[in-house]
Amino acid sequence: MTLVITEIASWLLIVAGSFFTVVGALGLLRMPDVFTRMHAASVTDTLGVGFLILGMVMQAGFSLVTLKLLILMALFFFIAPVVTHALARACLHEGVEPLLAEDRRPRNKRPVGRDSGRRP
Amino acid sequence: MFAVAALAILVALALVVVRALKGPTVFDRVLAGNSVGSLAIMLLAVFGFLTGRPEFLDIGITYGLLNLISTLAVLKFFRHGDLAHDVDEEHSS
Repeated sequence: MTLVITEIASWLLIVAGSFFTVVGALGLLRMPDVFTRMHAASVTDTLGVGFLILGMVMQAGFSLVTLKLLILMALFFFIAPVVTHALARACLHEGVEPLLAEDRRPRNKRPVGRDSGRRP
Repeated sequence: MFAVAALAILVALALVVVRALKGPTVFDRVLAGNSVGSLAIMLLAVFGFLTGRPEFLDIGITYGLLNLISTLAVLKFFRHGDLAHDVDEEHSS
C-alpha cells in the first residue's frame, strides 16, 4: 500500500516537473526581452528541477542517491539566483534596457511625454 | 515515468537551443547556454534512473559546478573585457 502511494506521488511530481520544465523553456523562447526571459528561465531552475528531484527522491528511497539528489537541488537553489543576478547586472552595465509596456504599443498610441520618465 | 521526464527535458532543450541560435543580444545566448547546462544536468539524472544506474548523479553535480563557473566567467569577460580584472582598476579608471 505504501509502495503504491509512493509510486503515485512520484509520478505526479515527475509529471509536474516535466510540465514546468517545458513551460520555462517555452517562456525562454517566447518572451520579448532578456529580463523577462531570465524570469522564464528561473521557472525551469526552481519549479521544474525541484519537482523532478523530489520525484526521483521518492523513487530512490532512503540511500546515498537521495543525499546526492538533495545536494544537486541545493546546488540549483544557490546557482540559479547567482547567475540571474550576475546576468542582470551585466545587462544593465552594457546598457540593455528593460522593455517597458509603452514600448510594445504602436507609436501613435503611446502616451505623450513618457520619454522623460525613462532612465537616461 | 522517467521516459516522460526525459522526453520533456529533450523538448525543452530543443526550445532553448532555438533561443540560443536566435538570441538578439549576447546575454540571451549566455542565458540560453546556462539553461542548456541545467537541462543537461537534469537529463543526466533522469537518464541514470532510466537505465537503473544512479551513479550518473556524480557527473551531474560536477557539471553543475562547472556550469556556474563557466557562466560567471563568460559574464565577467563581457563586462570587464578580461578575466583577471582587478577591482581597483575600475575605480581608478
